[in-house]
Amino acid sequence: MGEMEQMKKEAEALKTQIEAARKAVHDTDMASAASGVAPAPRVQLKTRRNLKGHLAKIYAMHWSTDNRLMVSASQDGKLLIWDSHSGNKVNAVPLKSSWVMTCAYAPSGNLVASGGLDNMCTVYNLKTPVIKTVKELDAHTGYLSCARFLSDTEVLTASGDTTCALWDLETGKQKTVFLNHVGDCMCLSLSPDMNSFVSGACDSLAKLWDIRDGQCKQTFLGHTSDINAISFYPGGNAIITGSDDCTCKMYDLRADQELITYQDAALNSGVTSLALSMSGRLIFAGYDDFNCNIWDSLKGEKVGVLSGHDNRVSCTGVPPDGMCVCTGSWDSFLKIWN
Amino acid sequence: MSSNSNLTSMRRTVEQLKLEASVDRIKVSQAAADLQQYCLQNASKDALLVGVPAGSNPFREPRSCALL
Repeated sequence: MGEMEQMKKEAEALKTQIEAARKAVHDTDMASAASGVAPAPRVQLKTRRNLKGHLAKIYAMHWSTDNRLMVSASQDGKLLIWDSHSGNKVNAVPLKSSWVMTCAYAPSGNLVASGGLDNMCTVYNLKTPVIKTVKELDAHTGYLSCARFLSDTEVLTASGDTTCALWDLETGKQKTVFLNHVGDCMCLSLSPDMNSFVSGACDSLAKLWDIRDGQCKQTFLGHTSDINAISFYPGGNAIITGSDDCTCKMYDLRADQELITYQDAALNSGVTSLALSMSGRLIFAGYDDFNCNIWDSLKGEKVGVLSGHDNRVSCTGVPPDGMCVCTGSWDSFLKIWN
Repeated sequence: MSSNSNLTSMRRTVEQLKLEASVDRIKVSQAAADLQQYCLQNASKDALLVGVPAGSNPFREPRSCALL
């Protein structure tokens, strides 16, 4: 038997082994385990702010760690920094390329980043008298779908070239490239302890990576289409994913498997974005059908809906203090709800 | 199509699967219990779950009576 044949057999055997190991610990399912938990109350949130300013589709938004400022990105070629309390625009950053797909706020509040079809991640300093471009991170061979700052010196990116990368902002070079996905990487989420991150891709897989050694530690199967959104659960032991297959799923990292699927027969639009309330109990998932549905993460039931946008909800975000949820849409508006 | 690169790629796939197979797994009942505990312990601080009193909601203008 040739080596290739042998390897193929070994790979199949390992996949069967993993399946069996997951089954062996599957002594209950999440919904049964949560039967003793009181249902979450019906969630009815009101629009508190309607942020008008962008002139085209909004593709991304990210909260600052100060719970007040946020950055949004639109294909009108601008990043806007908003003061969510007053509703005022604090800054506008003109982009070299208007085909933006992601934006991020550094934890320090000093820097923001954007990227998209230009295949680059551009980092800007908000604290200089005039906003300056600090670095252009140029090495990906596909579009930039997501960027997140670890600090003022390190950025993580996810790309359509199927890789994720950790960059050194001082040198502008990639320190680590995370290779394993076989489809465009669409999203990433940093673990609360910042030692690992998860990525979702068009290969319908979610992967857990060790930031320092660059290895893929675990792979989560189950979705049947592109994973567009991903987020760590606040405790750090689980992740939630949102997909073009119209469902969201929770995977537990320590049980190494899917625990629950959030789906409804009436829902046949893809999930574009998601954010969790600060206890993790509520999942805010944005869909192509212009709504943001609210799910009880423990019981798997829909407990509310945020309606009001006139086009696809493309991004959602909850600030660290959990005081509100922001939705951004192709209708060019951002709404703040609580 | 180089058969060498296919072989290298296949070897990497097998190595990756070995790594993923070796993960220690806990029981789903334990995982579910821990997740529930986290949610319930933090529920009272979750403004979107339990609501925010109007006076301390930064996104809501406090109603005040103007004395004319």
